[in-house]
Formats: sequence, structure tokens, C-alpha cells
Amino acid sequence: MSQVRVLVGTRKGAFVLTSDGKREKWDISGPHFGGWEVYHVKGSPVDPARLYLSQSTGWFGQLIQCSSDGGRTWEPVGNEFKYASVPGTHQWYDGTPHPWEFKRVWHLEPSLTDPDTVYAGIEDAAIFRTSDAGKTWNELPGLREHGSGPGWQPGAGGMCLHTIILDPSNPDRMYIAISAAGAFRTDDGGKTWHPINKGLRSDMMPDPTADVGHCVHHVAMNPSRPNVLFMQKHWDVMRSDNAGDSWQEVSGNLPTDFGFVIDVHAHEPETIYVVPIKSDSEHYPPEGKLRVYRSRSGGNEWEALTKGLPQSDCYVNVLRDAMAVDSLDSCGIYFGTTGGQVYASSDAGDSWAPIVHDLPPVLSVEVQTLK
Amino acid sequence: MSVRVVLPAHLRNLARVGSEVSLEVDGAVTQRSVLDALEARYPMLRGTLRDHTTKVRRPFVRFFACGEDFSHEALDNLLPEAIANGSEPFLVVGAIAGG
Repeated sequence: MSQVRVLVGTRKGAFVLTSDGKREKWDISGPHFGGWEVYHVKGSPVDPARLYLSQSTGWFGQLIQCSSDGGRTWEPVGNEFKYASVPGTHQWYDGTPHPWEFKRVWHLEPSLTDPDTVYAGIEDAAIFRTSDAGKTWNELPGLREHGSGPGWQPGAGGMCLHTIILDPSNPDRMYIAISAAGAFRTDDGGKTWHPINKGLRSDMMPDPTADVGHCVHHVAMNPSRPNVLFMQKHWDVMRSDNAGDSWQEVSGNLPTDFGFVIDVHAHEPETIYVVPIKSDSEHYPPEGKLRVYRSRSGGNEWEALTKGLPQSDCYVNVLRDAMAVDSLDSCGIYFGTTGGQVYASSDAGDSWAPIVHDLPPVLSVEVQTLK
Repeated sequence: MSVRVVLPAHLRNLARVGSEVSLEVDGAVTQRSVLDALEARYPMLRGTLRDHTTKVRRPFVRFFACGEDFSHEALDNLLPEAIANGSEPFLVVGAIAGG
């Protein structure tokens, strides 16, 4: 019997939600690490019982926790994220140079082949790797030393490396995204990186089509088509059919092309999901209606999915790492809100129901499909 | 020399200890030697009180002893005799900054 495990990071701890393949009744476990911000929790694709969790507070800094039993018990592992070289400065909000300093881990991406290897995306932006299950972390400095770093600047949430995508067809290829620097790709296992932002346009920048500086909010890929990427930028929904070498806008008939999350159906690589948000200052759904938008054509043509979602007086946000899909035959879609709801759809978005509705603000949602 | 240390609740949970811990401190009892002993005994606390490398105190962490704030004292200054002989605990306090 299939099982689904939803890993939820919130402002005040982590929660583990489990159900069978019907996805109707859910067991709730948590809070784990109550009172701590849990930016991300993710399981190893090769050992689903192995979970990694990013835990932090302003008081006591960053911790990384590891579970070997699917989230029932946890052990703290290494938490030293030391830049490999003098990090220098990036741009501050006012354009002045600002010292680079470690703040927190936004995203943990376990290797596709080794449960002890994990990549970490941090603020201020850099990528780290462990190959000993989190005991030690080492920077892949080629990204930060790409040369454009002094021109990177923070988004409202900080200068975070929030997206890491591993190419299942090419172990040397990875994609990352930074707010606000843009997307980057490596083709040599992380030694060297280059920006992949051609086709992006950000009118708030002095040069709207510059190589770097774009506020990319999230990038998603279906593993069956690793050269096709979908991006929710600060404004604009974009797609690339050539591994990021160029991008085209596919916002189409969305009510607003601002938003944070984007994801791809597990079995239909042209079916994608976004949650439009009214604007970059309001950060809530247009008209107080929480709507997921689905495109079955890889963008441009979008339909609103509303069944089971609040259609009045709803002013929550859905943050960039707070949507995920399972891989059951009828693809499940999940997202969490800053109002503490985690919504699930077991029919690819046609209808929705909350799994939980009173958690702390949700920062991230990941799903494991367990056979 | 046995020194008593009281940790804030989150760090007690992290280190899986009770309301206070007792540490053997070799040599002079200073903030540095107490924190070194604490981190050696409970390595999961490394980085939570002070920077891994520079050993600079995290900004929202304070150190109190015998009713006085030692947060801004030099790390190698001697702590009061009452801390050194274990009659008073060394307090690690999270700054009041709710949210």
C-alpha cells in the first residue's frame, strides 16, 4: 500500500503529515523543534527514511538535524557553514557594498544517488555540500566566486540561495537560483557556474535584461525532461526548453504574474502550477480568493482551480518552497500558507482540502511518496 | 573545579539536559574556559552561543554571573569565586526579544 509523507517547515517548528495512498485521513506529528524556524525539511530519494532539516533562530543560530527513521527521532549534525574564501561584499538594498555573512540555511537538497550527500543553499547566497550525512559542510566556492557576486543584492527575505535542482540525467549538472541574482547552472559538478538569465526582464533593474540581478523566486523541473525548466520570477512566469540557456515568458492569462511557488505535475511534464499573488507589496491573493492556476500546455493558457479553496476574505501568502507534488498515479499537489494551512489535492488540482489549518506560518512543503 | 551552568530552555532540549549542568573546568575559571568545557561536553551546542571560529558571542545571547552581566567582559577575565567553586551557577540567557 502506498503512503505519502508531507514534510512541513514552519516559523515555529516542523510537522510530519502522513496518509495512505487515498490521501483522505492524515496523521499529524509535531511540532518538532517547537519555537524554532524550520526553513526546510527534505528526504533522500535513495533512502526515504533519511531526512534532513534546517532549524534556526535569531538567538541561537543555525542547526541541521538528521533523521534515520522518517522523522520520528532526530540527531543534530554539523552546523558550521564557513565560506571557503574571504566572501567580500554584495550590494545592500541601497546599492552600497555590504559584507557577506552567513545567516541561515534556506534549502537542503539530498543527492539523487547517495543518502549521505546533501547540498545546502544558504543566506548570504552560497552553496555548500556534505558527503558525510551532515557532519561537515564545505562550500562549492565557484558559484560565489563567479565574479558577479559584488553585484548581487538581497530580496525582501534576504540574499538567499533558495532553489537547488539536480539533473537526474547528468550528475555534473545542477541549477540554483538566488534572490536577487538570478539562476545559475553548473555542468562540472559545481566547480564552475554561469548565469542562465537570458530572456528575463526585470524593469526595476538599471539594465532590465542584465546577466545577473534578477529576483528569481523559484524554479521547477520534471525529472523526465531535465532540459525544461519553469520559473516564477518576482514578476513573470517563464519557461526554458534548453536547460536555461534562454527563457520565454508564459504568464499568459494569469490574473497577476507575481508569485512565489511553481511546480510541475509528476506525470504530465507540460502541466504546471502557480499561485498568483496580487503584487510585490501586498503579498496576498487577488480579490481575497486563494486560487491555484494550472496550465496543461506548459504555460500561457491557465485555468483557476478553486474547489475547496477559500474564495473570499483570504489574505495569506504561499512562500517559494511551500508547494510540492507526489508521484502517485493520480498526482497529488500540496501547498502551505502563511496562515498555517496545508492544502492537498489528490486529483491533480481539481479539488482541494486542508490537511491542517492552524499551523504556524508555513515556510516549506515537501512530499515523499513511499511505496 | 566543578562549575554549574544554566542553559535556556531551547538549548537544554538540544543538549538533552536538565535545568543545569555541572562541568569540570581545568585551570582558571573564565568565560572562555567555561564555554570551552560546555562545548566539549555537549558538542551540539557549538555555534549556538558563539561563532565557531571567532568565538564572538551571538548578539542575542547573554552571560550572567552572581547577578551581574558578564556579556561584555573580556573572555579571559576570571569569573567570581562563587562561580568557580560551584556555589552559584553561570547563567546563559537568551535576550528578551519575543516573536
